[in-house]
Amino acid sequence: MAIRLGAMRKGKLLGNIGFGLAVVALISPAILFFLWMLSLSLKNEVDNMAFPPVFIPNPPVLDNFIQVFEKNDFLTYTLNSIFVSFGATGLALLLGVPAGFGIAKAQAAKAAAVIMIARVTPGLSYLIPLFLIFQWLEMTGTLWPLLITHLVITVPIVVWVMIGFFEGLPQELEEAALVDGATIWQAFLYVALPLARPGIVVAMILAFIFSWNNFIFGVVLAGRETRTLPVAVYNVISFEQISWGPLAAAALLVTAPVLLLTLLMQKEIVHGLTAGGVKGG
Amino acid sequence: MTAAATGLRGRNYARNYWPFLLPAGVVVLAVIIFPWLFTLYMSVHEFKVGGDFTFIGLDNYLRLTTDDRFLWSVVRTLYFTALSVVLPVVLGVAAAVTFHKKFPMRGIARTIFILPMMATPVAVALVWTMTFHPQLGVLNYLLTSVGIPPSQWTYDSVSVIPTLVMVETWQWTPLVMLIVLGGLASLPIDPYEAATLDGASGWDMFRHITVPLVWPHIIVATVIRTIDALKAFDLIFVISGGGPGTSSETMNLFLYLQAFSFYNMGYAAAVTVVFFIIILLVSLLLFSARQQKQWQ
Repeated sequence: MAIRLGAMRKGKLLGNIGFGLAVVALISPAILFFLWMLSLSLKNEVDNMAFPPVFIPNPPVLDNFIQVFEKNDFLTYTLNSIFVSFGATGLALLLGVPAGFGIAKAQAAKAAAVIMIARVTPGLSYLIPLFLIFQWLEMTGTLWPLLITHLVITVPIVVWVMIGFFEGLPQELEEAALVDGATIWQAFLYVALPLARPGIVVAMILAFIFSWNNFIFGVVLAGRETRTLPVAVYNVISFEQISWGPLAAAALLVTAPVLLLTLLMQKEIVHGLTAGGVKGG
Repeated sequence: MTAAATGLRGRNYARNYWPFLLPAGVVVLAVIIFPWLFTLYMSVHEFKVGGDFTFIGLDNYLRLTTDDRFLWSVVRTLYFTALSVVLPVVLGVAAAVTFHKKFPMRGIARTIFILPMMATPVAVALVWTMTFHPQLGVLNYLLTSVGIPPSQWTYDSVSVIPTLVMVETWQWTPLVMLIVLGGLASLPIDPYEAATLDGASGWDMFRHITVPLVWPHIIVATVIRTIDALKAFDLIFVISGGGPGTSSETMNLFLYLQAFSFYNMGYAAAVTVVFFIIILLVSLLLFSARQQKQWQ
């Protein structure tokens, strides 16, 4: 008996080690990639071009980051990105939260289908007509075309997440409010909206991240002064600085806010993505 | 209050919800529906930026059927998509089963796992490009140091698409994992308890209980992955730009070139319509596969 128990324990231990190795195998492509990105950004040019490669920066230098700010209009691009992403997310919440509520309550399947079409369509196909219209309206050269097209990403995400949330809320509280003489608008504002706050947080984070990451709209619509960060890092920095260090540093700066947000809000993000397979562009 | 009265009230409420949809509806009309109608209009016209619209009927569409560059881009897109669906779905299901088990530091491990899909695509694509450099890239160093011959990665017309698939898989396996994980979380535990009592192995349980129960989630993940792979743009555009030559030029890249490099807007609009129809057909095909499976 004792021998068998020992064998079982051994089997369990082996199983645990195997499982641990599986977890390590799953997460190492992500870890190693981002560590390599960090390593590139902290090394001087000689070490970055060395072969065999230098893995650990010795000593780590911040020259690449300083260079990104000194040689480029990085601050302008950051402000552009902030304006576009915050604007498109804020507007999408104003429009999309009530819409999600309306669709969930009226069970408007057709309205939901239109939102789904937006999810299926390639981002480029909106750009051809919108590009022409912005030209005719002489809006090119401002940030407004970017903000407006980013709504193509943010509005469907917000509506989609909010439909799911409002459908999951208990009906009774709202009905009680309606029976007590509240208007639908009041029931929405004072009963449903406070209850849906976690859903709004999820929608906001996802809409912001996918707007921040968007590249294709900016590539077509942005002018010299109106580039968002992803476009700037591709267009300006990658062409003017062929050297890897500053390019990796710029790439890291662009994606850092999103990575931090993911680490801090992982529960909300996992919840939102599990529910709907949301993704923009 | 009687049941009938409640029902009546409920119906009246349903009718009163349309004002909530109105503002979003106006925006959706302006930035989603109107562009679609305009695209259809453009696709039957000859139009270059700065010029006039000339009605040409279906000529743009007919031209597509004889445009070798377009037809090859369709073939490449399907090749890229097939690989970029199968690999992430298989790996994503395996990852979901792993992350469904409880283990120490599961939360942080899962968060690290989903970082690739949250990171800015352009930023990661630029760093991947550096790792593919045939002489100085870290990947060839790693390959040769374990005795595997170096690869030309994105610098060779045969290996470029598999290389792009590798990055796409790295980036989007997490989304499949999350969707399947959602399915696993809602599974009943009774079948597993019964199977354990009957002495079933872990693999048996996975094949005969887990897979059939989460099948709908796997299909949803497959459909989403298919749509996204057909639409893939950022990674390909930044890493290979469709090259070398045109060897990684997918439909989306072809569309971009026609519209914003050659400014053939009418022709590009026709490409958009065909592109959308292909996406729709593929998604419907996959959804009907799901229905049949459920029906059995």
